[in-house]
Amino acid sequence: MAERTFGRPEALLDVPTHYCPGCHHGIIHRLVAEVIDELKVIDRTIGVASVGCSALAYDYFNVDMVQAPHGRAPAVATGVKRVHPDGVVFTYQGDGDIAAIGTAEIVHAAARGERITTIFVNNAIYGMTGGQMAPTSLVNQVTTTSPYGRKQDSAGMPIRLSEMLATLDGAKYLARVAVNNPANMAKAKAAIKKAFEIQIAGLGFSMVEVLSTCPTNWGMSAIESGTWMEKNMMPYYPLGTFRSGEEVAK
Amino acid sequence: MSEKILMKGNEAIGEAAVVAGCRHYFGYPITPQSELIEYMAKRLPQVDGVFLQAESEVAAINMVYGAASAGCRVMTSSSSPGISLKQEGISYIAGSQLPCVIVNVQRGGPGLGSIQPGQADYFQATKGGGHGDYRNIVLAPNSVQEMADITIEAFDLADKWRNAVMILGDGALGQMMEPVEFKESSSKPVEKSWAATGRRGRAKPNIVNSLYLQPDLMEKHNHVLQEKYAKIQAEETRWEALNTEDAEVIVVAYGITSRIAMTAINKARANGVKVGLFRPISLWPFPSQPLAELAKTAKAFVVFEMSAGQMVEDVRLAVNGAKPVSFHGRTGGMLPTPKELYEKIISVANGEGGK
Repeated sequence: MAERTFGRPEALLDVPTHYCPGCHHGIIHRLVAEVIDELKVIDRTIGVASVGCSALAYDYFNVDMVQAPHGRAPAVATGVKRVHPDGVVFTYQGDGDIAAIGTAEIVHAAARGERITTIFVNNAIYGMTGGQMAPTSLVNQVTTTSPYGRKQDSAGMPIRLSEMLATLDGAKYLARVAVNNPANMAKAKAAIKKAFEIQIAGLGFSMVEVLSTCPTNWGMSAIESGTWMEKNMMPYYPLGTFRSGEEVAK
Repeated sequence: MSEKILMKGNEAIGEAAVVAGCRHYFGYPITPQSELIEYMAKRLPQVDGVFLQAESEVAAINMVYGAASAGCRVMTSSSSPGISLKQEGISYIAGSQLPCVIVNVQRGGPGLGSIQPGQADYFQATKGGGHGDYRNIVLAPNSVQEMADITIEAFDLADKWRNAVMILGDGALGQMMEPVEFKESSSKPVEKSWAATGRRGRAKPNIVNSLYLQPDLMEKHNHVLQEKYAKIQAEETRWEALNTEDAEVIVVAYGITSRIAMTAINKARANGVKVGLFRPISLWPFPSQPLAELAKTAKAFVVFEMSAGQMVEDVRLAVNGAKPVSFHGRTGGMLPTPKELYEKIISVANGEGGK
């Protein structure tokens, strides 16, 4: 009898997802689910889905879920967590949700040191609505609302949210990871686990920014989009840890 | 507590919420409701509750959305411009059928408006305010005691119907002091098997959601909501009728305006005018039926509001052309005087003013 060494995490439901081929959401969902399993918190986890491609995340995770208005997931998660302080509460948000319409909510959740974990999927574009410019779209990136490329003089520079939140003492763990190869996936999972552990230990706010592809709206194949991400996103959005959980609040 | 104490309306709502078992409050400061947020900041830690001052009204209502999703009794409060900001969350709360209590201590508008009392948010409160087909239960007290009683009732109604209940006050009611008594409440939070608490042994996850991408399912969900609203209309309509039995003129007014109207009505009665007060307490569901009944015996209606004429539309719909309905309003934070209301009553009683 062969020993079963790989399977679907319990925290992930056995359903097909709506995500496009080559999109990283599926991988990121899986890593979050694996961490929920490993920490044995499936029974007290409450996820908050946002607006964007991951709006339907509540159909995929095998945990209680609340679907939040656009950008408001950190506020909704705050309400959930304050009712269930022993709950493990995470938000799952895209770049438009978190770094444009929901900037105030994420900044203040981090500033309060809210004991929640945010999974921030940065693919530099609005996916759900069909490829519009995101706050994280790169300079010269062509989108449906920057058809001549994002211009710095009118749209400004893309927001590096992790670095921005790193100025806040309430944010105890902040890391930017990618899932474009197995080595990076392993690092991403370790970061997500650490982020959940920071929450469970009651230390404060934690967030993992995951660089992701959007082949459909970037207009590329899955393989091309992986290369584009490495060449264009990673230099501007360096992978790394911006708050390690070791810092002592001043 | 059983003895009467002197309190501001805003504070009475706060204490009543605690009596009703509310232990979670999320708000943002705004005049003229700041005594309420300040009361909760002081009071909730004394009962191991959670007080959180949010970064905005938008965040506050979304915290309410989260806390209500998680199954607790929760309240937020604001005043007119802040309530406008909460409309997004209120629509989601309606779509997800979440119980909560929202207090609007109205001020003059539109825009940043004034900080004095107003009643110009009637349309916003009773006709939707946010997007989509939905209704909030809207209750309008007219005294500090009633603010306390209605707040306790509001939590029960919210839980009973899985619906937002809005308490529509105004700057005068919020700021004025009157004796108030807090009776022991039999109010108990109901079992919320739908709440997102973490599965805690439950086989299937609970999902709190207002998204239905398939239009047929969205319509089905709307039918569920509309059936609920129809039941609320049938069961939860509240009003007060004073001196209406023999009245030829019916004054319709709610909130602080009804108090001022009573002074004018009493004076008119003393001068032999057969006038009575019909006071809607639930603004939604609106007491259309009892008003239609009064239209059979009364000769004329006159509506007093601190707006340019909002509730008057519901009165006209209820009376349905059977009798003339006049209107007198003040706006911008101005309170009507008993004298001007008296004069309007006399003019209506004399058959002037008509439709």
